[in-house]
Amino acid sequence: MVYRFKTDLKYSDITPHETFVNRRQLIAGAGAAAFGSIAGPALAKIDAAKSGYSTEMEPSSFEDITTYNNFYEFGTGKSDPSSYADALTVDPWAIKIDGLVDRPGKYDLGAILKVVNMEERIYRHRCVETWSMVIPWIGFELKTVLDRVGVQSGAKYVAFETLHRPSEMTAQKRQLLDWPYREGLRLDEAMHPLTILATGLYGEEMPKQNGAPIRLVVPWKYGYKSIKSIVRITLTDKQPKTTWNEIGPDEYGFYSNVNPEVSHPRWSQATERPVGGGLFARRKPTLKFNGYEEEVASLYAGMDLVENH
Amino acid sequence: MTITQRINTGLKRVPAWPLYIVGPLPVIWLYYLGLTNQLGADPVKAIEQQLGLIGLQLIVAGLMITPLRRFAGLNLIKFRRAIGLLAFFYVTVHLLTWLVVDTQLDWAYIWMDIVKRPYITIGMTGFLLLLPLAVTSNNISIRRLGPATWNKLHRLTYAAALAGAVHYVWLVKGWQTEPLVYLAGIVTLLLVRIRIRSKRIVASTLKRAG
Repeated sequence: MVYRFKTDLKYSDITPHETFVNRRQLIAGAGAAAFGSIAGPALAKIDAAKSGYSTEMEPSSFEDITTYNNFYEFGTGKSDPSSYADALTVDPWAIKIDGLVDRPGKYDLGAILKVVNMEERIYRHRCVETWSMVIPWIGFELKTVLDRVGVQSGAKYVAFETLHRPSEMTAQKRQLLDWPYREGLRLDEAMHPLTILATGLYGEEMPKQNGAPIRLVVPWKYGYKSIKSIVRITLTDKQPKTTWNEIGPDEYGFYSNVNPEVSHPRWSQATERPVGGGLFARRKPTLKFNGYEEEVASLYAGMDLVENH
Repeated sequence: MTITQRINTGLKRVPAWPLYIVGPLPVIWLYYLGLTNQLGADPVKAIEQQLGLIGLQLIVAGLMITPLRRFAGLNLIKFRRAIGLLAFFYVTVHLLTWLVVDTQLDWAYIWMDIVKRPYITIGMTGFLLLLPLAVTSNNISIRRLGPATWNKLHRLTYAAALAGAVHYVWLVKGWQTEPLVYLAGIVTLLLVRIRIRSKRIVASTLKRAG
């Protein structure tokens, strides 16, 4: 039995083949009219509302965002994702939502996207490797989905999993990480309005190398917390095991909040290099919680953020 | 005449000095690419990593010369000094890129990095180990020190090579293949030396006994 969100849509509206094929138009919010039009690159645009949570900083270039990133499923080099992610099939796509929820099930992405409000969120992005970008994501609050499936009172954490498909994600053939990639948040972090599931950037559908078709974005944490290509969301009462935390608990904490005061054995986190500034770009000081201190510091009131890094 | 002998004879006519001219050219090329925005989003890291990698590759190349002669009969010994000095050159430019371009001579930050970050500490150690080798890479030094002392001093290469490889393994996230391959290669090349040396000792003992 496949459960669905409570919507006024009929079963037949949700998973027909056209839905998969025309997901681009669905995202575009063009509604029924789009079904009659012909798919093309121009239709990949997503209509999204502006958001008060967007930074006023100048976004990094589309080229930098899409050619310089980490997505170890496609290799460890910064340009590997853009070189090899093409092989990934992102349509059809479903997300299994299970654990301590009222309506567990395997939800088709098209169905999820019909019931959410798309927003453009221009966020700072800070990698643990000390580079940073500004990225105009298109997405919706994770809370919307969690509320829809009904989080049970015992749930304290949210666990996420990336797709495991070595035939397409070829670096998964190597034992580089313990696949599939896993991440997790505390429930209150997951419910925070800054935490979004993104399906696009720069007004267009999410490039595969950036975590298509749907990824998490948690802007006050190091980039690796923002898990890509999500296929499973589990509500749980125990702190979930997360990929990098398992590999090196001293280096990669469960929380992984951007914190200039907690240095990493390999990188001082005191400063960062904004990507795209060329050879002589100056480093700049890193801000606590990546500049979102006002919004999220209260989540960690009374916690030792060195101990719980 | 075997192929190896033929190569050796051919190599006698190849001078080592062009290496000093051709060797540094990739540095200019890398900086040109960086300045003209052809190295991707983070040109500083790209240059830094490429220089470090070439430095390590040259160290490996230098370490291969003795085993190649011993096991394959290939004599490249006359290129070893140039290869070693080029390795030092790349490691130095790699370090200078980090100091000047990357951290922009923020000494407090640099010092903290050296002290607090084991992979940088090890990298710096590797550089310091190479320093006396580079300084004594000339005939006058060999004469002054005497070949035996000079040879002993130049065994620091082994420690420097290990430091370089560990620096690389430690620098990347997780256990990545490429740095581990370099580390394994260097360890193998050093183990081969231990075997060469012990054989030599056995041989000389036998001779004396005989």
